[in-house]
Amino acid sequence: MTPISLTHILILSTSLFFIGAYGFLTRRNLITLLMAVELMLNSVNINFVAFNKYLYPQNIDGIFFTVFVTTIAAAEAAVAIAIIINLYRSHNSIDVEDAGEMKY
Amino acid sequence: MRNIITVLLIPSLPLFAFLLLGIFGNSSNLLKKGAGIIGTTLMGVSCLLSLQTASNYFFANALGQTAFTGNIVFKYTWLTFGSGISIDMGALLDPISAMMLVVVSFISLMVHLFSLGYMKGEERFSTYYAFLGLFTFSMLGLVLSANIFQIYIFWELVGVSSFLLIGYYFSKPSAVAAAKKAFIVTRFADLGFLIGILTLGFYGESFDFETLIQRLTDHQSPQFLAISTASFLGVTGLTWGLLLVFMGGAGKSAMFPLHVWLPDAMEGPTPVSALIHAATMVVAGVYLVARLFPVFALSDQAALDVVAYIGIFSALFAAVIACTQTDIKRVLAYSTMSQIGYMMFALGVSGYGTEGAGFSASLFHLFTHAFFKSLLFLGAGAIIHLVHSNEMKDMGGLRKLMPITHASFLIACLAIAGIPPFAGFFSKEAILHAAHQNHPGIYYIALFTSMLTAFYMFRLYFNIFWNKDSHHHSEHGEGTWSMKLPLILLGIASVLVGFIPFSHYVSSDGAGLETHVDLLFSVAPVSLALLGIMAAVYLYMKPSNKPEALAQSLGLAYVWAKNKFYIDEIYLFITKRILFNLIGKPAAWIDKNVVDGFYSLSATVTAEFSNTIKGWQSGNVQAYAIYFLGGILALSTLLMYVLK
Repeated sequence: MTPISLTHILILSTSLFFIGAYGFLTRRNLITLLMAVELMLNSVNINFVAFNKYLYPQNIDGIFFTVFVTTIAAAEAAVAIAIIINLYRSHNSIDVEDAGEMKY
Repeated sequence: MRNIITVLLIPSLPLFAFLLLGIFGNSSNLLKKGAGIIGTTLMGVSCLLSLQTASNYFFANALGQTAFTGNIVFKYTWLTFGSGISIDMGALLDPISAMMLVVVSFISLMVHLFSLGYMKGEERFSTYYAFLGLFTFSMLGLVLSANIFQIYIFWELVGVSSFLLIGYYFSKPSAVAAAKKAFIVTRFADLGFLIGILTLGFYGESFDFETLIQRLTDHQSPQFLAISTASFLGVTGLTWGLLLVFMGGAGKSAMFPLHVWLPDAMEGPTPVSALIHAATMVVAGVYLVARLFPVFALSDQAALDVVAYIGIFSALFAAVIACTQTDIKRVLAYSTMSQIGYMMFALGVSGYGTEGAGFSASLFHLFTHAFFKSLLFLGAGAIIHLVHSNEMKDMGGLRKLMPITHASFLIACLAIAGIPPFAGFFSKEAILHAAHQNHPGIYYIALFTSMLTAFYMFRLYFNIFWNKDSHHHSEHGEGTWSMKLPLILLGIASVLVGFIPFSHYVSSDGAGLETHVDLLFSVAPVSLALLGIMAAVYLYMKPSNKPEALAQSLGLAYVWAKNKFYIDEIYLFITKRILFNLIGKPAAWIDKNVVDGFYSLSATVTAEFSNTIKGWQSGNVQAYAIYFLGGILALSTLLMYVLK
């Protein structure tokens, strides 16, 4: 069995990122949107870890960044869900197309 | 130090009155009622300070010395343009400014006092006093100016206060038109004044009067050489500068051909005419020429000759018109113009130093004229107050109804006609004497003009006070004491001021000049003046048809003079037919189509563009995400493949 190369992992993370992007652009439910964003963030995390592991195994900077991203993602999820709840209270819906007032 | 405060207080008190009455005058009932008293009191203090300053200057300073030098009391550098040119704010005390301080503040006080009765019950009483304060402040600032730019600033201020006061009765269309006319004509003249200032300042490298005069009269100085070698259209820079400055003076002083605004300015309240259009503002032009007189006299005889010719022409021209007018204020307005013409040509024929009799005579006449002319105007005001008309035909036989006005008016008429021992005799005598010595041609015209002066003044006098019997009932008598007192005071002044040895105090080089009245010389002018009076007695003392017969026999000449030689019509023709059609209309077209068109076009393009792109801002989060993603992809492609 051949060892897993960096390319494999990058293909995985890119696929994950675009799955997230596709989900973000096509879904209407805000919770799903939030999940899609998480997918994108985690694809980046995979990149950080992979680069760290394959290119600079003596350092741990990439792993640190992953921890940061995870933390910020958690905070962001909290804020986003708070926004979603407020939106639900005012619009009785969490469909992203119903919240279109912020235009010209 | 005390001197500075006194001199600064003189113009500041009227300014204070203006601010107080102008800002709060209509909101506070107390100020509205007391506006006249407040204004008059402040003016009275200012007048006392002026008298004190002048007497200190002329008498206390003069002990042991005969020269009255210029004395910068106060100076503050305001705007600096580098290379030594700066606009300063200062106060200059010299013989002419000290003399003018007295004239302006005294006449202004008399007018303030007179207006207490005359303007009583007016709707905008406090506004009137506020404007009087503004005018007095500006005029006092003008005479104290130590800098040619400072004088220009105050010059415009007197212009605007004159505009406000002429248009005081702004519900009357004729008053509005007159105010506009006065403003536009004098503004046009001031354009020349400004260019003149810049010319003199550019070559003289200073705006300061003392420095400028010193540089431009020293024929070796680099500044003098520069300005006298520079030439434009074959005339030197110095002559251009002086003539343009004189143009400003001619506009304010109503010299031909810029005189058209003065007769119309009589639409203002009569005390205002006495103050502004008889005694103070209209002599600002004479004051200006006198201020720069050393430059005129020592460096540029040509410019001085222009002053003399314009002066004598205006004197004669206005006197002829004055003989035919029927509105008493207009007669006085033309008479003012004629007398200012006297002052101008007296400056024009004068030399410098020991030859400077004309200079002293001119300012002497300015001094005496201020008293008797404002007296005439205030008298006319009292008459109009009683008769409610400006027309001579509505008057007649008023001597019994208004004895004080009659007496003071008679004194003023005798003074302006040049009958001894009234003030006008001495000053006019001095002018004629100066003209006789230096320029006989002008002397003979001036002699003839002085006969006309006597004639039209007594035509006015007899038409008002004699002629037919009065049909007026004196409802309110002659007016209040506040109206009679100024008449009495000015009447006394008109008798006494002639005895001042004026040329001893005010002369072109400050050294003093001893003159004496030459009795033999006086025979001709006085007898001609008496002749003029006799003619007026013959024609106007009793109602008769003699004036009409005379007018008939003079024919076209009379019609022309009656219509003021159609100068107004010529102006209208030039402005309406030529300037408006050939310059105004094309300019309006360009403004409407080209200039406005350009801006409309740019506005339309911007509006269209923003209408198009505002659709992108849909409010849809996912659309934004697509733009964002697309942007990032485009940037990455660019950075990775194109700009690598």
